Amino acid sequence: MHDSTAHPDAPRETRRHHWIVRATHWVNVVALTLMVGSGLRIFNAYPAFARKGEAFCCWPWEGHAIPGWLTFGGWLAGARNWHFAMMWVLAVNGAIYLAFIWLHGEWRDLAPRRGDPRDAWEMIKFYLFVRKTHPRQGKHNALQKGVYFALPWLGVLAVLTGLAIWKPVQLAPLTGLFGGYVWARYWHFLVMLTLVLLGLGHVFMVFAVDPASLPSMITGRYDESRSPEALNARPFLRGRPKPVLAIARPAPAPKVVQGDADGDRDVRPSVTPAPVVLEDGDRKPAASTVSPLAVPGDGDAGPSVPDRPAADGDAQPAAIAADRRAAGADAGDADQPAADARESGKEAGR
Amino acid sequence: MMDRRRFLALGGLSAAALLAEACDSRGPRSAQSILRWAERENEGVERFLFRHTSMDHAASARNVAGRMPSYYISRSHPVWDERVRGKWALEVGGAVARPLRLTLEDLAKLPHVTQRINHYCVEGWTASTQFTGVRVSELARLAGIRPDAGYADFQSFDSGYHESWDLESAMHPQTLVAFAREGRFLDAWYGAPARVHSPVKLGYKNTKYLTRVVFMPQRNGGYWSDKGYEWYGGT
Repeated sequence: MHDSTAHPDAPRETRRHHWIVRATHWVNVVALTLMVGSGLRIFNAYPAFARKGEAFCCWPWEGHAIPGWLTFGGWLAGARNWHFAMMWVLAVNGAIYLAFIWLHGEWRDLAPRRGDPRDAWEMIKFYLFVRKTHPRQGKHNALQKGVYFALPWLGVLAVLTGLAIWKPVQLAPLTGLFGGYVWARYWHFLVMLTLVLLGLGHVFMVFAVDPASLPSMITGRYDESRSPEALNARPFLRGRPKPVLAIARPAPAPKVVQGDADGDRDVRPSVTPAPVVLEDGDRKPAASTVSPLAVPGDGDAGPSVPDRPAADGDAQPAAIAADRRAAGADAGDADQPAADARESGKEAGR
Repeated sequence: MMDRRRFLALGGLSAAALLAEACDSRGPRSAQSILRWAERENEGVERFLFRHTSMDHAASARNVAGRMPSYYISRSHPVWDERVRGKWALEVGGAVARPLRLTLEDLAKLPHVTQRINHYCVEGWTASTQFTGVRVSELARLAGIRPDAGYADFQSFDSGYHESWDLESAMHPQTLVAFAREGRFLDAWYGAPARVHSPVKLGYKNTKYLTRVVFMPQRNGGYWSDKGYEWYGGT
């Protein structure tokens, strides 16, 4: 995650999700929901794992149906038809997503690295109030990475176990690999259960820790100043926004544009090159162009944007800024925008 | 005040929920027609993908666990009565040159095979047992099946129950008109006096209490197929 305390020049808002990732994500939401609901309805037609008249070792609710309101498809045939229709949607969608992250290099955001278990442990400690500061986080924290990396593999397992019970005759070796028809059904169910639990955890964390990620999954743009890292956010305990430090601001632009064509406030067109004023009084040579994204948004208004009132904590003496940097470094805040993170990932991956 | 992003987010979630609701099988006809279309496409892909895969007894038997559970006994159609055994005859007709009419004794005298295969129920359970019967392909050969026949309809005397099959599955060497189980003539629970038994179709396609095998150029529906189960019903 990007932390404005570490990089004065960093943009507040970044482009986080490519439209293909966003589209496949939402197709996934719909298709997976229908798959799970119809699958549970199919399960209800025979809500046990053992053959008729036999016992099964490993399912405590053998013979108990899933509540009807959790199921989808009306009855067995309807549920089967939906399940098989959505099967192709989900498989094609998954293939598009995997092809995209492979070709686009985004798989590096998810590929495990050596330090991930340690980072995941630090995240857990933070959530358990053992650790005070939010650990360093890239685009995803270590716990998220672990889950997002596991998802495609669970998907593959779901497809394989699903094939094993869909075509137990033609694909007998595959069914045999999972221990036969009875066990293949069980594994298929457990994979579904794991996916559902991870999905519920994912939704919980979105609302409890990182609500800004929800709009970013629609518009693609992420407000870095609202990231869990910037806010030191634990579930339901989102801290006050950290004061924005010494962000380079352009001198008064010839024209202050309040929003783009879509009315989005935080994205502005490039402005004329102008001297950049740091809040602590330093002067820096102006960049030849200012990125449209490298513009502060609400609440950041400094002296150079006089038409907006300064919010609390906006102005930072240099000493405090230095302290914040030091604190950031302590927490491992060497963050970069997503593209940089991928680059470093490349390095680490080699 | 709600900003644009929140509005889009809520809108997206609401649309997904509405779509899910509308797509329930009890939902509008449009959803039903989409499902029908999807089922047809699914069948095409299924037949294409699995056209070369093995569908033989040996492969099926690999799924059979060491111990053999007893075959599940259906109690839904116990219509067979021993008193009508002598009156029963199997008719083989439709697109054939020589329609057949076979009594149980006739059937038992024809070349028959015995197979132990898994039987897959659409509900999700499976069981295996040993059936003996005459291959449908043998019946088709004896009746002189015409080249225009593309489907086979297996009809029961039980409340008009029938299921039509693609000819390829019907002519599969393990698709039998079975008349015996575990060395004895069938009883009512297993579809006496004869039934279809095949490893390549789900249980509901295997018509019990069989009276007619009709070869036909067009595909016919079926008792369950007309109610929404997939017509192909392959294992």
